[in-house]
Amino acid sequence: MLLFSRQGKLRLQKWYVPLSDKEKKKITRELVQTVLARKPKMCSFLEWRDLKIVYKRYASLYFCCAIEDQDNELITLEIIHRYVELLDKYFGSVCELDIIFNFEKAYFILDEFLLGGEVQETSKKNVLKAIEQADLLQESQNEDWGGLSEDIL
Amino acid sequence: KFLFVCFPQAKYISQCIDEIKQELKQDNIAVKANAVCKLTYLQMLGYDISWAAFNIIEVMSASKFTFKRIGYLAASQCFHEGTDVIMLTTNQIRKDLSSPNQYDTGVALTGLSCFVTPDLARDLANDIMTLMSHTKPYIRKKAVLIMYKVFLKYPESLRPAFPRLKEKLEDPDPGVQSAAVNVICELARRNPKNYLSLAPLFFKLMTSSTNNWVLIKIIKLFGALTPLEPRLGKKLIEPLTNLIHSTSAMSLLYECVNTVIAVSMTWSFFQLCVQKLRILIEDSDQNLKYLGLLAMSKILKTHPKSVQSHKDLILQCLDDKDESIRLRALDLLYGMVSKKNLMEIVKKLMIHVDKAEGTTYRDELLTKIIDICSQSNYQYITNFEWYISILVELTRLEGTRHGHLIAAQMLDVAIRVKAIRKFAVSQMAMLLDNAHLIASNTQRNGICEVLYAAAWICGEFSEHLEEANQTLEAMLRPKVTTLPGHIQAVYVQNMVKLYASILQQKEQSGEKEAAQEITQLMIERLPQFVQSADLEVQERASCILQLIKYIQKLQIKEVPVAEEVIALFAGELNPVAPKAQKKVPVPEGLDLDAWINEPPSDSESEDEKPKTIFHDEEQRHSRHRQPEIDEEELARRREARKQEQANNPFYIKSSPSPQKRYQDTPGVEHIPVVQIDLSVPLKVPGMPMSDQYVKLEEERRHKQKLEKDKKKKKQKKEKRGKHHRHNSLHTESEEDIAPAHHVDIITEEMPENALPSDEDDKDPNDPYKALDIDLDKPLADSEKLPVQRHRNVETLKSPDSEAPLVEKKSKKPKKKEKKHKEKERDKGKKKEKEKKVIEEEEEKKVILQDLHYKSSKHKKKKHKKEKEEKSKDKKKSKKKSHHSEEETTESVQNGTLDDEPLPVSSCALAALALGEGRSQTTYDIQGNLQNDSQVTVSVIFENKSTSFLKSMELNVLDSLNTKMLRPEGSSVHDGIPVPFQLPPGISNEAQFVFTLQSIVMAQKLKGTLSFIVKNDEGSTHEKLDFKLHFSCASYLITTPCYSDAFAKLLESGDLHMSSIKVDGISISFQHLLAKICFHHHFSVVERVDSCASMYSRSIQGHHVCLLVKKGENSVSIDGKCNDSTLLSNLLDEMKETLSKC
Repeated sequence: MLLFSRQGKLRLQKWYVPLSDKEKKKITRELVQTVLARKPKMCSFLEWRDLKIVYKRYASLYFCCAIEDQDNELITLEIIHRYVELLDKYFGSVCELDIIFNFEKAYFILDEFLLGGEVQETSKKNVLKAIEQADLLQESQNEDWGGLSEDIL
Repeated sequence: KFLFVCFPQAKYISQCIDEIKQELKQDNIAVKANAVCKLTYLQMLGYDISWAAFNIIEVMSASKFTFKRIGYLAASQCFHEGTDVIMLTTNQIRKDLSSPNQYDTGVALTGLSCFVTPDLARDLANDIMTLMSHTKPYIRKKAVLIMYKVFLKYPESLRPAFPRLKEKLEDPDPGVQSAAVNVICELARRNPKNYLSLAPLFFKLMTSSTNNWVLIKIIKLFGALTPLEPRLGKKLIEPLTNLIHSTSAMSLLYECVNTVIAVSMTWSFFQLCVQKLRILIEDSDQNLKYLGLLAMSKILKTHPKSVQSHKDLILQCLDDKDESIRLRALDLLYGMVSKKNLMEIVKKLMIHVDKAEGTTYRDELLTKIIDICSQSNYQYITNFEWYISILVELTRLEGTRHGHLIAAQMLDVAIRVKAIRKFAVSQMAMLLDNAHLIASNTQRNGICEVLYAAAWICGEFSEHLEEANQTLEAMLRPKVTTLPGHIQAVYVQNMVKLYASILQQKEQSGEKEAAQEITQLMIERLPQFVQSADLEVQERASCILQLIKYIQKLQIKEVPVAEEVIALFAGELNPVAPKAQKKVPVPEGLDLDAWINEPPSDSESEDEKPKTIFHDEEQRHSRHRQPEIDEEELARRREARKQEQANNPFYIKSSPSPQKRYQDTPGVEHIPVVQIDLSVPLKVPGMPMSDQYVKLEEERRHKQKLEKDKKKKKQKKEKRGKHHRHNSLHTESEEDIAPAHHVDIITEEMPENALPSDEDDKDPNDPYKALDIDLDKPLADSEKLPVQRHRNVETLKSPDSEAPLVEKKSKKPKKKEKKHKEKERDKGKKKEKEKKVIEEEEEKKVILQDLHYKSSKHKKKKHKKEKEEKSKDKKKSKKKSHHSEEETTESVQNGTLDDEPLPVSSCALAALALGEGRSQTTYDIQGNLQNDSQVTVSVIFENKSTSFLKSMELNVLDSLNTKMLRPEGSSVHDGIPVPFQLPPGISNEAQFVFTLQSIVMAQKLKGTLSFIVKNDEGSTHEKLDFKLHFSCASYLITTPCYSDAFAKLLESGDLHMSSIKVDGISISFQHLLAKICFHHHFSVVERVDSCASMYSRSIQGHHVCLLVKKGENSVSIDGKCNDSTLLSNLLDEMKETLSKC
């Protein structure tokens, strides 16, 4: 899954098949170019190599997934939409800057939603609950740690 | 925090990286984690951060979740199988997996899913499997999902983990349940047959689940299962219909429709789907429209009729503003054309070509037009003049890349449709004349390829050219030299053809001056080509220039030269299929002209026309011989052929293949040839003509119809004509539209035994192939451990049981299949042999004899080619003549087979025919690849008597070297019970394992089979003696070897050498090699003339290399091997085989 801006800047990438960095770069460049070249009224699917590309634009960001031949395009679109909803809920009307400045959060949310390229949790509520709890854990630990470092200082 | 992201300038970033490097050196984990986090971002921007892999692991192993999370994220983003530090993570991950904190575990699982390697998968499979039963559903679902990745990397884990995975299908937590559905669906999609047994469970889930995500997966799964179990299809109709009608989710609907298409169910159901698709296509949502068309194109493959009824809708989509939708619609058009609507559709497309903006789409249109028209051998084209005009119109496309496509079509049509040549030539002459339009713009150079075709057609078929002078002049224009070299070369070559025909024409009409003028023209203009920078053009031009200068000299002497010049280009070129050359199998040593069977005596031969030079006669053998054709059919065809020849003024060579005609006949035979009125002005450059042809064609069809009606009436009156006509059932279908000409489409030629190009082309690297594992077999204890044991040992330990096959799991399905096949084969063989066995019944002696593999021809299974063992038998004298006879035929077959790469698996096989007509045994000695001192002997027992055989026991007198493996605790005198009884006429197989000390010597073991014969008169105890022959060759495993590896082996110098020479060899070298390959398990490394190098390997790893040379009447074999005794024994065996030749 790739997220990139209208200017073609990559904002998030997640690969569910092992590839070398060089290949990843090549694919990314190719896909970004292809998708950005499409006109706004065109449908969200295109065939690319032996894969199908499903993309959708939300505000200034393009969300783009590559799926296999037998996979369902519409459900992939749904996945993209679901991810956007999750980001939206988490950040509160998400914008591109949220994803730039909290990119690790965006990854964590994606990791709670998808695992190994498969949908892991179909319930929005559950995904957000897991993220919140993990964050909570992080904060409580951070407090400990903050205190500790002060001691050291 | 990350200000640099806004302006990621190279300098700034290198500064940042320096900073990060400093931070990573600090001991404070928080600083490190922050640095790693920054690196993760940089990695996304495309910077290499692999140097920090170790730091990432450090952060991963931090105790605090905050840092761990960042560490794992960084790892998941940048680790891959090539990362060498990845193996350092194993213990850390294992620790995190068993952490009491579920989020630690979760983050480790998530990370692992991205960078799992085969090593990690093997080491952690057990831990993850345990997590599938974790108390927290959060962990369970992650563990279930990651198992899929583990299976892919470590297929051995599938069988042990599968039962638990199956349990998870009924997990109380819906998340875990859907995860399990996901994983099993993915597994089953790749290897559906192993998951058929889960169908009922999934059926239950499908009818009970309301989660669309899960439903989609399940439906997909059924889509994969149904082709294997057609009964499922019926069961699915009801729930699928319900879903299609009730669901509001388009994704689910789409999945249902797709599945229905894939498994092709009942017609009515199909119609329902097509209706739904129509709704999708009519939707205003571009996405749905696109998918609807996509699904339609899938239907098109199976049910073209049901799509054709929606032609209106699809044509409408051609006007859509979205290019991808238009392209989809174009794809559909391909399958929707018929003879009736082709012109109409292409006309529409031509309009689109004119309107199209953007070259890509226009190019796509162009290729589609050509595809549509040329599909299935121009099946739908009724008027080739129209098609040529379309092609000519297409040349006016600006900036297309597909000039060569158009050119190829022009050439193809002109060559293969003889009747069109005159027209084609006139059109091409026009193109040449207007070459400046086509070639003027350098940007358009894609299209100038058509000039290549035009020049060739005008040259080759110059006899049809009306104003050859003009065309020749057009070809000699100075502008031509700006064309690409390869086109100029064709120009030069073909202007000579033109020149030759003009010369002839002038000479015949006695215009000597005109003839000399034309020669002068050539001499004047050709030098511009001689100066060409292109070598090909230069060379051709200078040759031709000299030739023409010579002609000029002759002309001055008033010698008639035209006949000789034209003789340069005599003969006709036939189209050869693009792959024909590749498909010619190695013919060396094979006499292709010899009849394999007696030539059929039917009248076929009298139809043979004198062959022209390029005509490939082999094609005739493959295509012409159709045994089902009855006399009637033949007579009818001959009639048709005669008629055709009479009508075709250009008919000069052999007829097209009857197969082709067979397709054409229904419409052709009874329709008189319509003389097309070529009143259409042909030479208006730049004016589209194809439209006029559309009109003309309509008129023609109308006329034709009228005529046909007339004729029909006549026919009725005639009360059955003299000829057998099968046309009585005439309906006004599109098939009745007769072509405007007698279309003589010459099929492309192919060599006779062309190898099929699409051999089982499964990608050997397919990661899913490894997961093709039988899951229904009971799980053996051994499977959890990576220790691999061979089934032989297991079989022996429990000889009384039904011998459950416990072997390396991944091999299981294949091996089983193989065994099965073998048995089948053996059965076939036995039938053949039955007679022989009966003959010998009285002898009451054990006879070892060869078993011949005849079936290999039918079942060309590449994986396994059984090797036959030649067994020596003292009592064979009687049968010898018989044997040698059979051997020859058999080696012929081997000769052809040996062209294929020889597989590794090999086994020796011989038949053990036990006298008395009681039982027949076949045995098979197979080297055990895993164990270098064991061979398995599979014995097939067949009871050929009418009595019941039971309590069979097989015993072999062990030698020092070769021993039968007996269960522990039994003495060498105990036989091994055969684990079954044999009712009359039944056969079964048992396996016995022998251990060997040394394999350098051949061995013969005496053995006894004792059994109880039970019939109405009571039971008797009987015995049969037999001998098992372990030849040295049976310890060899056919191993392919590359010539460079072979050379290295010979150079190494640690091989012993020995040679033999056998005189009086009369068989061909090819047969000889085939014999050695077959009987002695060698493979040919390289062959040069009558000299070949061969290679094989013993089960104990001895390399055996041979150099076989054939002299006049003798063969010498030089062998090299690690072991001199083995070598000399092998050579002796070989000598014996060869001396029988």
